[in-house]
Amino acid sequence: MSTALARIRLQVMWNRLIAVVEEQAQTMIRTAFSTTVREAGDLSAGIFTLDGRMLAQAVTGTPGHVNSMSESVGHFLRKFPAPTMRPGDHYITNDPWLGTGHLHDLTVVTPAFHGGRLVALFANTAHVIDIGGLGMGPEGRSVFEEGLYIPIVKCFDAGQPNETFFDFLRAGSRLPVELEGDVYSLTACNEAGARRLGAMFDEFRLGTLDELADFIFTSSRRATAAEIARLPRGTYRAEIFSDGYDEEVRLAAAMTIGEGDISVDFAGTSGLSPRGINVPPAYCRAYAAFGIKVVVAPEIPNNWASLAPLRMVIPEGSILNAPRPYAVSVRHVIGQLLPDLMMGCLFQAVPERVAAEGSSCLWNPPLRGGGAISGGARGNRPALPDFEVITFNSGGTGARPARDGLDGTAFPSGVRTMPVEATENVAPVVFWRKELRPDSGGAGRMRGGLGQVMEIGTKGDQEFACNAVFDRVAHAPRGRAGGGAGAAGVVALSDGTLLRAKGFQIIPEGQRLVLKLPGGGGFGDPARRAPEAVARDVRDGVVSAAMARALYRVHLDAAGAVDAEATARLRGEA
Amino acid sequence: MSSAPARLAIDIGGTFTDFTLERGEKRWTAKVLTTPEAPERGVLEGVAAILATAGLAPGDLALVIHGTTLATNAIIERKGARTALITTAGFRDVLALRNESRYDQYDLNLMLPEPLVPRDLRFTVPERLDNEGHVLRPLDHDAVRALIPALRGAGVESVAIGFLHGFVNPTHEEAARAILAASWPELPVSLAAEVAPEMREWERFSTAVANAYIQPLMARYLRRLAAELAEIGVAAPLLLMLSGGGLTTVETACRFPVRLVESGPAGGAIFAAHIARAEHCPAVLSFDMGGTTAKICLIDGFVPQTTRGFEVARIGRFRKGSGLPLRIPVIEMVEIGAGGGSLAGVDALGRITIGPESAGADPGPACYGRGGVLPAVTDANLLLGRYDPERFAGGRLKLDPARAARALAETVGAPLGIDDPALAALGVVEMVDETMANAALVHAVESGKGFAGRVLIAFGGGGPVHAYRIAEKLGIDRVLIPPGAGVGSAIGFLRAPIAYEVVRSLYQRLARFDAVAVNALLAAMAAEARGVVAAGAPGAATHEERLAFMRYVGQGHEIAVPLPPGELGAAEVTGLRVAFDAEYTRFYTRPVPGSDIEVLSFAVRIATSAPSPGTVAAAPAPWHARAARGQSVRDMAHGEKVEWSVFARAALGPGARLEGPAIIAEDETSTLIGPDWQARLLASGTIELRRGGELRRGGDLRRGENP
Repeated sequence: MSTALARIRLQVMWNRLIAVVEEQAQTMIRTAFSTTVREAGDLSAGIFTLDGRMLAQAVTGTPGHVNSMSESVGHFLRKFPAPTMRPGDHYITNDPWLGTGHLHDLTVVTPAFHGGRLVALFANTAHVIDIGGLGMGPEGRSVFEEGLYIPIVKCFDAGQPNETFFDFLRAGSRLPVELEGDVYSLTACNEAGARRLGAMFDEFRLGTLDELADFIFTSSRRATAAEIARLPRGTYRAEIFSDGYDEEVRLAAAMTIGEGDISVDFAGTSGLSPRGINVPPAYCRAYAAFGIKVVVAPEIPNNWASLAPLRMVIPEGSILNAPRPYAVSVRHVIGQLLPDLMMGCLFQAVPERVAAEGSSCLWNPPLRGGGAISGGARGNRPALPDFEVITFNSGGTGARPARDGLDGTAFPSGVRTMPVEATENVAPVVFWRKELRPDSGGAGRMRGGLGQVMEIGTKGDQEFACNAVFDRVAHAPRGRAGGGAGAAGVVALSDGTLLRAKGFQIIPEGQRLVLKLPGGGGFGDPARRAPEAVARDVRDGVVSAAMARALYRVHLDAAGAVDAEATARLRGEA
Repeated sequence: MSSAPARLAIDIGGTFTDFTLERGEKRWTAKVLTTPEAPERGVLEGVAAILATAGLAPGDLALVIHGTTLATNAIIERKGARTALITTAGFRDVLALRNESRYDQYDLNLMLPEPLVPRDLRFTVPERLDNEGHVLRPLDHDAVRALIPALRGAGVESVAIGFLHGFVNPTHEEAARAILAASWPELPVSLAAEVAPEMREWERFSTAVANAYIQPLMARYLRRLAAELAEIGVAAPLLLMLSGGGLTTVETACRFPVRLVESGPAGGAIFAAHIARAEHCPAVLSFDMGGTTAKICLIDGFVPQTTRGFEVARIGRFRKGSGLPLRIPVIEMVEIGAGGGSLAGVDALGRITIGPESAGADPGPACYGRGGVLPAVTDANLLLGRYDPERFAGGRLKLDPARAARALAETVGAPLGIDDPALAALGVVEMVDETMANAALVHAVESGKGFAGRVLIAFGGGGPVHAYRIAEKLGIDRVLIPPGAGVGSAIGFLRAPIAYEVVRSLYQRLARFDAVAVNALLAAMAAEARGVVAAGAPGAATHEERLAFMRYVGQGHEIAVPLPPGELGAAEVTGLRVAFDAEYTRFYTRPVPGSDIEVLSFAVRIATSAPSPGTVAAAPAPWHARAARGQSVRDMAHGEKVEWSVFARAALGPGARLEGPAIIAEDETSTLIGPDWQARLLASGTIELRRGGELRRGGDLRRGENP
């Protein structure tokens, strides 16, 4: 076969491998029980070489799994070396330091056999809705309080469920049926991948994946290096602040763009928190890598070789390198700021390819009510039925150099929210308001995406609780290149009483929870925004006429049309 | 002239309007340019032309069936009515907030589709229902009334009303409509609870808004067309093709025009289903490849797979999530941005990419010589020797292989270091086939289906060219290429039953199944569907299909399980549990222990009975076809030139047999028969391809050649 043909054949097989992992991910979405997986898409799936290097990963909603899952397979192999694996085995863990950073993420690894030989490993990760303990939230002071801790064990042994494991699992969760169902879903997902891989081996008459792996890694490494080579060399520094749990957290980075690689040193970052916002190092590497890749090499698929040139140095004792047993349940509130931090560095190198800061951290209200909050009854009136529910919500994204930010859209996370109607069908809650938040987008030549306002109560306005995990309340998303900041977040009761942005709090009877989600930062000088775009924003009621005049220096007439002359005067152009 | 009834199908596409007229065994076809500003003009012109060709008078027509992309195009091109949405206070931005996600994780410059109703035309009124339809906050009638001056002032031409949980209890939506009608009776109003009575507010409101957006345009057009057809003497009923594969009356189409959105492609799938029935193929994959896209559909038991929703007007390379969701019954098709005109390139990793950018008809592929310099799929097929440059499109278009070679060398060969442009072409074609096969694979998985024993039915200009290779990649051993593939959709319209489907949400758990409520709901749904069908086919025999959409409690994706006929009781509910477990296991290996099962919604479809399949015509006597000429074609396995025999389809009659590698050429397309394949012409004129010597093993080919 000519080299050209051999090359084409390898390309075809690479495409096929990506189809295999997409199928693997689809299977999980269609069989999962947890809303976090099936509705929100908080999962990932991939295929690995026998020495634990990731070959391909499905494009799903979770940058946090990007290379944390990739690193995870090596840990499995250390405990269960490849030669000991048998067909029908499935291995599982939720160890935050061996998996993807908190107990709510289950990772399952499955060996794939062909013709009696082990040929590859499939792995997947999913965020389950309940793993016992305190529940998803920042209140834990050590990982032991945060839920059931599963070391790397076999959940299926040669096709047979490990009943002892499942007994422990069911006993440790508020939602035992769903949790067990999710484990079945994870195994079905890897089995689907292994089945399709077998068909591929038959069709291409393969004995091993070695040649294909070599091709994927070589192509990816070369392409990533070429993209990095297009960037101006140098060291670029940036910092960003999180609200923290009870004191602000500083994240600092010095990014050095070298010849064919990028290294990031997080020296200067704040120390560990006593609460569950600490970030295990693999999760820090994942979100930082995503923030770099989305700017530098967005088209190159994730695999071992395309991630390898991105190196992170994370000081010990910093909040981005939490050791066991620090609490880590809601590590995403810190982790999701890392792409903004990376873009703060990259803005100095390639300003035309970087977005302004966004709301970034998901605003997911974990809501709980019923006996655990109110006892059996309060004031001799029946309490609500027990419920535990979470929705995935987002503020605005940062403005882009040539486009406005996106309104109420997740970034960097790629998860989806659930319909209000679906949420109200699984829990006795009532959403009274969920709409865009006017005047929240940072002003700029390109406007930041709008946040949203949510007002949540229960049926009959009975008491319930929110385990708040919000950020960007004290530190609003900043604009770039002269753009203004987006509006900061607000957490309050319906009577206006402010609540803390983090921590377990009761919403008393007769009150509702009001969340005002942050808007994204603006990009460029607001006085250079196209006046027609400002007029449309005012007509749509997302920018007030006062803002239009004060920040954008656009004068609108009584009918809402641009008064060109007055605007030119305001802008000092007349 | 025979006295069989004459039936006419009209398919308005973006560029051409196709006509197919059938009377008894005879069929005529015609094509005219679509006249978008007044589509009925092109229609009337074509009707006159095809009647003249057939020697028939307008009064001879017994039935006219119509499908159109007008509704789709109005949405894609944003040419619908100025539409307002009235919704629940606090929920003004359901359309803008969507599901709060991005359809591409790595595109920092991502664009999202704009809602059809801008924010200044989205109004809210105080009202609120809970999830069971109980009133938490009564509808504020004065607030609705107060909107009327604002709506008039804004020049609104059509209104959608959608309230949270309105599908459970539509009284607030109905009351709001009545208030508007009292002072503005001519205003078209679409209720979300009627257009798409299912849970999930974004999808439901989006569907209602799309319906309102195209309703004035479609209603005007359909009424005008009906009147003008009557004026020229057409007395036959006019029926409309629905996206779900059934036919309906003009009246129903005017109320729910959103159901017309995918009618053209639906015709193609029905065409394939008809071929499947005629040739007794119970498991089929249809593959329709045109100039800019390819469409794939699974057809089991002669019925195209249907689903309850899809996306229109995708803006991001046909990617899921980049369009506007519509919750309507629709034939489920995967659309891939790869057709004959799709452009090839090389990405940063040195991988060959195909589409979705297309050369279109102008400038067209490089080999057309009309100024195109980028290589299209057609250029690659030409360089592989699959087309005769002198005879393409019946010789009307001379192809220039030198231009194709240059385009492929520059855009694909150079970056990959491949010197021979024909090998670059091979890479492009291989990647096209791989893309199609992978899309079909993933789609089959999502549907819990496989390819063992499945037959590929290929049509459209590119389908027969790529079919054999895609079949090989999917492990399919039998391919059918029907005649008349160029007007497949219009032929499909003539095969469609008169049918209507109603879907309603009614939450049930099998452990406490309310049979009385469910039976009442199913009866009401059947009556509604039957009314629509009876209007289009008075007195015709019909049959009823009922589905329950079920899942384990706590899961998110439902599986459709057929309901037994008649009233449901305890025995049927037990049967449902067994049926669900079996269906689930078929999809996902093992059932989940200990979970109850819930039903989210029900569907009822009433259809006139399909024509009986008839008997397959006796196999015509086999005879060995003689090649008209030879053509030098690149072999996909080793890239070398091999002499392929070329046959003219017109010269092949029933029973003709030939062995690959070969090409059967016709004006509209070419059928490729790969090196490991044989072909024969069936009595119906369909070409059948079989792989791996099956025909030979069957013995008849050898016997036919050497009696």
